[in-house]
Amino acid sequence: MVFLSNLVNGISLGSIYAIIALGYTMVYGIAKMLNFAHGDVIMVGAYIVFCATQYWNLSPAVGIPLAMLVCTVLGMTIEKLAYKPLRQATSLAVLITAIGMSYLLQNTALLIWGANPKVFPSPFSMDMIRLFDGQLVIKPETLITIAANIVIMVALTLFINRTRMGKAMRCVSEDRGAAELMGINVNTTISVTFAIGSALAAIAGLLLCSSYPMLQPTTGSMPGIKAFTAAVFGGIGSIPGAMIGGVLLGIIEILGKAYVSTELGDAIVFAVLIIVLLVRPTGLLGKPIREKV
Amino acid sequence: MKTKKKRFMTNLITYGVLILLFIVLTIMINNKSISRTLKGQLIPICSWIVMAVSLNLVVGISGELSLGHAGFMGIGAFTGIITSGWLLNGFSMEDPTLRLVLAIIAGGLTAGIAGVLIGIPVLRLRGDYLAIVTLAFGEIIKNVMNCVYVSAEGTTLHWGFLNGNLPGTLLLNGPMGAVKVKTIATFTAGFILVMFSLVVVLNLINSRSGRAIMAARDNRIAAEATGINITKYKMMAFVTAAVLAGMAGALYGLSMATLLPTKFSFNESINVLVFVVLGGIGNIPGSIISATALTILPEKLRFLQNYRMLAYAVLLILVMLLSNNPMVKMLWRKLIPGRKREQSGEEMRA
Repeated sequence: MVFLSNLVNGISLGSIYAIIALGYTMVYGIAKMLNFAHGDVIMVGAYIVFCATQYWNLSPAVGIPLAMLVCTVLGMTIEKLAYKPLRQATSLAVLITAIGMSYLLQNTALLIWGANPKVFPSPFSMDMIRLFDGQLVIKPETLITIAANIVIMVALTLFINRTRMGKAMRCVSEDRGAAELMGINVNTTISVTFAIGSALAAIAGLLLCSSYPMLQPTTGSMPGIKAFTAAVFGGIGSIPGAMIGGVLLGIIEILGKAYVSTELGDAIVFAVLIIVLLVRPTGLLGKPIREKV
Repeated sequence: MKTKKKRFMTNLITYGVLILLFIVLTIMINNKSISRTLKGQLIPICSWIVMAVSLNLVVGISGELSLGHAGFMGIGAFTGIITSGWLLNGFSMEDPTLRLVLAIIAGGLTAGIAGVLIGIPVLRLRGDYLAIVTLAFGEIIKNVMNCVYVSAEGTTLHWGFLNGNLPGTLLLNGPMGAVKVKTIATFTAGFILVMFSLVVVLNLINSRSGRAIMAARDNRIAAEATGINITKYKMMAFVTAAVLAGMAGALYGLSMATLLPTKFSFNESINVLVFVVLGGIGNIPGSIISATALTILPEKLRFLQNYRMLAYAVLLILVMLLSNNPMVKMLWRKLIPGRKREQSGEEMRA
């Protein structure tokens, strides 16, 4: 029973990682850049929900879409101002700019909301779910997180495979130059990618802080790194890969903390990542890199 | 031939300016005409310079993005602290200079061994996958250091993993890190370490091995076809950088009274990477300048109080945007015509 409860918690945490990892992997696939500021967009999203429900007395039903909207605008603005001028620059220059953006968001949050951690009240007011005569207790947040993950995955897969914009995204990720020649507006496509990634980040921020209710300006950075790891784990650029990578990483982390050592939880996660990459150098679902002469 | 002479001159100027700066600063310290904050920063600046130079060897010369360089620094720092404390407690070695030298050597050695162990799996990977694995190793090192306890009882060292009940004087206290460290690092030692790392790195770059490392960076397949053992040369750059980072760590650790393992996190690795990129990838004198400037800058921005790190972030983004702006680049090329060829070479590489 304890194992089952840990497993459910692992899948829940993994679902959060997966939702964040989607943002990383989509941006990487289409803009070929590592968006290190993504983790901090999560934090902004969580703060917006916090403000909406605690300070402005809005219902979560209004606060959550508001946070998604703010994050979407934020993500697109960041892309326009900081990343778009660097389309032709080296990938390291873009990486450093993204790091600068991450600092900028963290320190702006520090100025607005202060350094003290805020206790994030869960916006989901439901009872604990008891199964097997109360032996297995599941928090409602856990189930909502897993459900949200499934909904997002299905919706995103449909969007990528069935819509014109999705097709454009697949084209740009395959060959940006050719896509441009075929009349696809690359800039709009990249903007939409950032918008979707950031909206997902807002949801991830909400889910993260509902399950782990501590909110401070650095809240997003560690889950951000873990989600980035998850994206690489599954094969960066691949959407199902991000999902599988995220969920597996969450399960490994929770089980590692429960059965091996609490202090070494993160080390176990990263050790598994290294082993996987040694066996499959491009991640679980990544395409093998072909060498051309 | 001409470029060789030019490179030699640049290196000579770098050494000369550094020696001059060292003399001026030493005189200023003796005259007490140097501000206290700057004086306190001199040793950290030396270690950050060594960190930046060594990371530049990996990122710039060997062309592999490493995001876990602070891990090696952490290994070096804690090894240095343990060595120094052990020598003082067990062998009552009072001479701080000798202890410092031995601690720095020990720090470099352990970091080098870690570099070999990490390099073997890491260098099999490419590009972003390599970057993420170095990040993972950095985090693992930090996480493991959080669980290690070391104490010295006479000449024996006791080790504990997740267990702080050790006899003797505690040198390393798990998540509390190293406490009550005897700060024996000096500015002179820092300066010598900077010069040492410069000699090592610049000579490596200008040697047969250095050319092989750069060939492997510029075109892996072509280099392999000409008979260069890619793994060997990438490993050489990676391990050299790890040794230097370990030495920098030992110097840094022995200049601080307390040191937490969390200090050597991903953020520090990124900071060093920022030094390297802003100073110019593959440009060693540039790394020295940017490491110095960016260590002093946040202190100088203290008058901005809470807006300090915000200003730092904005400056970082602006510098990156401006230095990659085609108009600014063109202007730069017009101002300094001699740089024309180098610049176009850089673009080709990118």
